[in-house]
Amino acid sequence: MTAEVERLSLVIEIGGMPVRVNTTDPGFVAMLQDRYAGYVTESDRAEVEFDVDLTPLAVSDPDADVRVTHRSGRWSLVRGDFRAEWSPASRTGRIRQSANPYSIDAVLRIVHTLVLARQGGFLMHSASAIRNGKAFLFAGVSGAGKTTISRLAPPDATLLTDEISYVRKLGDGYIAFGTPFTGELAKIGENVSAPIAALYLLAKGPENRIDPVAPGEAARSVLANMLFFAEDEELVQSTFHSAFEFVSRVPVSRLTFVPDTRVWEMIR
Amino acid sequence: MSRLYLSRNPRVAARSLDGEMMIMSGRDSTLFTLNKTATILWQAADGATPLDEIVDRRICSEFEVERNEALLDAESLARELAGHEILQISDEPIPQRNSPTGEIR
Repeated sequence: MTAEVERLSLVIEIGGMPVRVNTTDPGFVAMLQDRYAGYVTESDRAEVEFDVDLTPLAVSDPDADVRVTHRSGRWSLVRGDFRAEWSPASRTGRIRQSANPYSIDAVLRIVHTLVLARQGGFLMHSASAIRNGKAFLFAGVSGAGKTTISRLAPPDATLLTDEISYVRKLGDGYIAFGTPFTGELAKIGENVSAPIAALYLLAKGPENRIDPVAPGEAARSVLANMLFFAEDEELVQSTFHSAFEFVSRVPVSRLTFVPDTRVWEMIR
Repeated sequence: MSRLYLSRNPRVAARSLDGEMMIMSGRDSTLFTLNKTATILWQAADGATPLDEIVDRRICSEFEVERNEALLDAESLARELAGHEILQISDEPIPQRNSPTGEIR
């Protein structure tokens, strides 16, 4: 006699892309529901579906370099703490990891970058927020002020993320979506979206000011802040051109700021 | 002295923006910004025009530089760009196939 194991699933929708996760572990489902609160939907529709095998891996180092390769129509995603496969044609994949939220979080980020890259979008190391119906992105290296500017946001600003912005191309413009990918603030972004009005390159300084940025520097900054994992020439090329498309359509400026709330008087 | 022919590596992505030529390696995503001379070599690298002709037509005419010195510098630069897999170099003409030009914006 064999015991039937119940298959459980939930759908995590980030950036308007629903991803179904199937598992047999109720504790893991509960953990994901908590981790992705606000992004779990009741939708039957899924653009990507993953079966998750919860199993301790021989190597379990989340700080190890991730390898993302494409062969025979399948993507392979490997890091010390997970192994995953995904076929864009069948829209299905499999993840092997232990029962932790970090591994699947990394897989989701990677899969979103791969899907977005084909559509002219990308994930970017930047905070983002909506104010007056417009989205503003704040990019910078660690310590430049992404967390600070997020923490200083006024009540009428809706925080999309303090760490990783979700950028999707729509027609002639770009839309920023909220993400559950958090930084130091550890606050999940609101699951809403708005057209991107500006990208600011952050710098802390003695006064609040906005300065123009040369197009070449703008493109380099966007490229430097994009999340990109794949060892795939075609995808590298499309991502490269996406950065240039972005700076040709979205104003990019340098925002030097004193870390207090007055900086938001300039962001409207 | 044999002639040197240059061709753009089709495995890189290239874009010119506001006078700056930027190249990204498709292999490892390294980003390069070319200086003025490197940009001239990139733009002239059609696989058919030998380097000495590029130097005569595009470098000596634009910069006040002695021809032999310019040729030596250009050859050194071309080999450096080939080392980064931005250009391909050969002592024979190089057939062209989907060579990236760098879209001008």
